Amino acid sequence: MKHLMMATAATALFAGQAFAAAHTGDVKIGIVLGFTGPLESITPAMGAGAELAIAEVNAAGTLLDGATVTGIRADSTCIDAGAATAAAEGLVTGDGVNAIMGADCSGVTGAILQNVARPNGVVMISPSATSPGLSTAEDDGLFFRTAPSDARQGVVMTEILNDRGITEVALTYTNNDYGKGLADAFQAAFEESGGTVTISAAHEDGKGDYSSEVAALAAAGGEVLVVAGYTDQGGKGIIQNSIDTGAFDTFVLPDGMVGQQLVDDIGDALNGSFGQFPGTDSAGAEMFQALAAEADFDGTGAFAPESYDAAALIMLAMEAAGSNQSTDFMGEVMNVANAPGTEIFPGELGKAIELLKAGEDIDYVGATAVELIGEGESAGNYREIEIQDGEIVTVNFR
Amino acid sequence: MEFLNGLVFLTNFVIIPAAAYGAQLALGALGITLVYAILRFSNFAHGDTMALGTGITIKLTAVLVAFGITLGPLPTALLALPIGIAATGVILLVTDWLVYKFYREQKAKPVILVIVSLGVMFVMNGLTRVFFGVRDIQFADGERFLITVRQFRDMTGLDEGLAIRTTQAITLVTAVIVMIALFWFLNKTRTGKSMRAFSDNEDLALLSGIDPDRVVRVTWLLVGALATTAGVLYGLDKSFKAFTYFQLLLPMFAAAIVGGIGNPKGAIVGGFLIAFAEVTVTYPLKKVLTYWLPESMAPEGLVQLLSGDYKFAVSFIILIIVLLFRPTGLFKGQSI
Repeated sequence: MKHLMMATAATALFAGQAFAAAHTGDVKIGIVLGFTGPLESITPAMGAGAELAIAEVNAAGTLLDGATVTGIRADSTCIDAGAATAAAEGLVTGDGVNAIMGADCSGVTGAILQNVARPNGVVMISPSATSPGLSTAEDDGLFFRTAPSDARQGVVMTEILNDRGITEVALTYTNNDYGKGLADAFQAAFEESGGTVTISAAHEDGKGDYSSEVAALAAAGGEVLVVAGYTDQGGKGIIQNSIDTGAFDTFVLPDGMVGQQLVDDIGDALNGSFGQFPGTDSAGAEMFQALAAEADFDGTGAFAPESYDAAALIMLAMEAAGSNQSTDFMGEVMNVANAPGTEIFPGELGKAIELLKAGEDIDYVGATAVELIGEGESAGNYREIEIQDGEIVTVNFR
Repeated sequence: MEFLNGLVFLTNFVIIPAAAYGAQLALGALGITLVYAILRFSNFAHGDTMALGTGITIKLTAVLVAFGITLGPLPTALLALPIGIAATGVILLVTDWLVYKFYREQKAKPVILVIVSLGVMFVMNGLTRVFFGVRDIQFADGERFLITVRQFRDMTGLDEGLAIRTTQAITLVTAVIVMIALFWFLNKTRTGKSMRAFSDNEDLALLSGIDPDRVVRVTWLLVGALATTAGVLYGLDKSFKAFTYFQLLLPMFAAAIVGGIGNPKGAIVGGFLIAFAEVTVTYPLKKVLTYWLPESMAPEGLVQLLSGDYKFAVSFIILIIVLLFRPTGLFKGQSI
């Protein structure tokens, strides 16, 4: 016991020194995304988005008196909380990252927050975890997200349906924290507004065959089908099968389901379907896409802009605090993200650092018009879209 | 009329999709069962063999299409399939020579071979992702439907419609042809008979002069053909995604075990059983009953035996029940 105590004390001492020494040294940011697993098709663009922000700051070379930022990728798997926790733990204790950009799926994000971020006091900014449950999770002020909570999206979706005079819907969701959270939030909002949800059925991702799910949805009926899933996963399978069998012909598409790939794959049958995804008419989105095109990755990929913003916020908060230690800069994240101050768009991170050095306020707008509210989550501006002639057309902002 | 409407509705949503899915599972389960019967281990790499074979076929299809060669109303992939099968066969033979042969010569226990196949699975998994990517690939071309919902309604004047996709029809026809060919091969040809002898009693087969290496080679070639055919049919009917094929492993194994692992007939029955069970047990009968019952008895609820959330559990429950009461499966397979 005595040895153990001694060892612990010694470790703590060394660790303290190590941290103190690292105060102004180089910066390491963990990029924890599901590079394998159900999200493996969108995470490469997300990772590239975060690395784009890092490369931009390195090119400027002015962060914290010339610190070099390194992004270290780790695999969250999206579904395996144990593997995600181990990966994040390795980043924090092994690589000694100063902050984590991630994770992606809501379930693993919650696990990493509780098991790694809080015990080690490391800031985490997730670009894509949208479960309403994370709004109320204990986070010691360490957790932020550049994606809005789905509680907000449920209300927005209800407004869109009400405006279109639709009162009866069938609902299917991907069986994970994201799908369940969004489905529950939507159902509550929709029923409160007087609508009926005929059936709320889960579907599993990563299967090829969704005939039994569609059979159940068709038997319950409804004017439209709300599909809270992913474009290249069960969501697409459900829509394809529904169209083939004539079960439904109009679909409501939340954020995970809006993607040109889906429209191209399904074809004309998707015309007339509508939905919403986080987005604004801010100029930042196009600037980011231009930068992404230069860096040779798909800037329109789901949550790629949010990833850029998450990484940028981490670095700007460090600059504002003048330290790369999470405990120092966690309080600055909200300040750099919100007004007042000079608006910062993608590609202007170098300028933002200069302004912060000069002691001026900045208002980071970034690629997704970042505005953090409440405990530190995106306020949630949504683009209402409709599929017209094989194109995703924005018809409204909400 | 009411009765017909209900029947059409049921056929459209339950019978046709389950039959096509069942045929795909059956072909996959046949491959698993063959490996188990003759090489005596559970081949976990089977799902990824399917993915690899399908990936190769997709690349070949793309080449054919680029040269302007298509099959008209049928998917071009069918033309590329034989070459895909040959390539997959070669890959399996090389894998056997590199990996399995060593353990066979050591007379390793089946459980060791299972773990070895797990390793092969991860390697194939990686190769598929490296060469064909992780994205969803659709490679079905030609005519999409034999009959669409609207055409059916116009033809019959019923309220409910029925759709049959070309790929569903192709799946069923191809599956039947492959199954007949396989049974003919196993029962009528000399090589097939020697394989069955080798499966029944290895020592006796060796004594009667059967060349074990030849049996192993032929088995892998058959497995390659079955896996690639199953994978391509599945991919044509739905779409190709590396992750989906990996997930297929579970229902395929369930099908093989329920039917009686090591018994080809069992694999086919098991495939259809699992497919129909997955679809019917979670199917709400509300709409069908509304058609079939007098108006006063029309149900208000969904009349669903199990909620869709439990769909995954269905295969497991059947598996457990069968293993409890008939450990060798429905048809006499090997006890496990």
